[in-house]
Amino acid sequence: MTDLSATQGAGRPWGRIALRWGLYVLLGLFALYYLIPLFVMVTTSLKSLEEIRSGSLIALPREVTFDAWTKAWANACTGIQCEGLRPYFWNSVFMAVPAVMISTVVGAMNGYVVAQWRFRGANVIFSLLLFGCFIPFQVVLLPMAKMLGILGVAGTIPGLIMVHVIYGIGFTTLFFRNYYVTIPVELVKAAKIDGAGFFRIFFSIFLPLSLPIIVVSVIWQFTQIWNDFLFGVSFSQAGTQPITVALNNIVNSTTGVKEYNVDMAAAIIAALPTLVVYVVAGKYFIRGLTAGSVKG
Amino acid sequence: MTLWLERHVPKLVLAPSFAAILLFVYGFIAWTGWISLTKSRLMPKYDIEGVQQYTRLFAAPRWDVAMNNLYIFGALFIVIAMVLGLGLAILLDQKIRAEGVLRTIYLYPMALSMIVTGTAWKWILNPGLGLEKVVQGWGFENFKFDWLVNTDYAIYTIVIAAVWQSSGFVMALFLAGLRSVDTEIIKAAQVDGIPTHRIYTAIIIPSMAPIFLSAFIVLSHLAIKSFDLVIAMTNGGPGYATDLPATYMYAMAFSRGDLGQAASSAMIMMLVVFTIVVPYLYSELRTRND
Repeated sequence: MTDLSATQGAGRPWGRIALRWGLYVLLGLFALYYLIPLFVMVTTSLKSLEEIRSGSLIALPREVTFDAWTKAWANACTGIQCEGLRPYFWNSVFMAVPAVMISTVVGAMNGYVVAQWRFRGANVIFSLLLFGCFIPFQVVLLPMAKMLGILGVAGTIPGLIMVHVIYGIGFTTLFFRNYYVTIPVELVKAAKIDGAGFFRIFFSIFLPLSLPIIVVSVIWQFTQIWNDFLFGVSFSQAGTQPITVALNNIVNSTTGVKEYNVDMAAAIIAALPTLVVYVVAGKYFIRGLTAGSVKG
Repeated sequence: MTLWLERHVPKLVLAPSFAAILLFVYGFIAWTGWISLTKSRLMPKYDIEGVQQYTRLFAAPRWDVAMNNLYIFGALFIVIAMVLGLGLAILLDQKIRAEGVLRTIYLYPMALSMIVTGTAWKWILNPGLGLEKVVQGWGFENFKFDWLVNTDYAIYTIVIAAVWQSSGFVMALFLAGLRSVDTEIIKAAQVDGIPTHRIYTAIIIPSMAPIFLSAFIVLSHLAIKSFDLVIAMTNGGPGYATDLPATYMYAMAFSRGDLGQAASSAMIMMLVVFTIVVPYLYSELRTRND
């Protein structure tokens, strides 16, 4: 930590106290800036449409009503269907859970190989995987649509799972590779001399050490896949859309009266799973975010 | 046989991923590149015709708007997010009580889907019922804030929402950087009586150059890929005033049925990303292998 506070205004206690107060006020104002949109979303979702029209954006609801929430969950219209977000919420769950699990397992095995079982060309393969993380997905959209058709999974949830696994492997491999690279090679050598094979070493030495990085990988992949919109909107059809696509359809449907309270309730429902993950395991979330951008 | 298997297990484990990446990343890029050189419209055609899709693209006014928006959006988004992120990181690095809580608050937007962020900001910036009405309610009755539906200003609303979402992340990057600066040098400078702001501008910030680079790479990458936020907030409108290359590509591919234009615009996007990312990744990988 860079401790600079000690020198600030030394010998001038009042100036120093004022500076500290100013600092806290500033930090508090920024906290408000980040919190106000969430506050507006929650309060708007608890108001009636009439109150929204007559009252102020930042006012607390005079009368709390959960009607918008039930409507957003069970019977808001996404285009011609009016079943609310519920079916799409489950679509996202059934899409994200297998995709997260598969890409994490594959990433763990890949990372283990690249970090500890180097063979000629392993680094080239790793670099190729890594470049794959950075492509703009627009460049694979058209051929992927065609490929999903050929494989017979166009517009289905298994198709979306496949897409998310393929384009998630680069990141999960990177996470595990950077983690396993810190484990001394001597450990593997000693185990080999004792007659342990590739999988035995993985399961009895590496896997027990892996819990933190598994958490990082699972959280990263879950956030990415849950929040994805591009793949969802490109490769789904009515009935198989993930929640982000359904939310956008509710908010931007042009028919009927604009129900801002329902829009906000729907947005909160769509955001809730990743928000909960963030609040519960924020530390690991940040590690995932920074792992891709700071030297590991 | 088992010995052979034993020796080659690592390669066999890596092989499926390698094959998948080869096909689904590099093969697909090649396919898109190929299509961008043909006369494909609704259906793909495979006879190479030259670069006419690119000439069409560069002549299209809509693409012009999209690229211009990318420059405006990208520059403002990157600069504002970096300045805000660095400022917050420095403020938070002054032995703040409740630092953990504040950090959590600053960073939570990063956990949200851009569709959620877009929905929220679209409502806040709603001309009529949103911010405009709040300020009018404070007594400024002539206050107007209709950027969201204003052709000239709509792109700036996207910047506002994008900065809100990503600046906390930049803060986290810089904070980690500030904490890794050698404390001995700072103590020596303090002993010499160098003022705090000079310590920051002359010692700490220059030593964080790699973090600036990382933040720049991540933010520019986010800017080029920005798609969800535009769709949720303005859907490219009014007209196509807030189109970005990503939304242009999507419109050509899925609503206009113009595969040639979709493919060529996607290739240009990739070119932009690669000119930024490749040198960075190359240097990263090279130093890692040393």
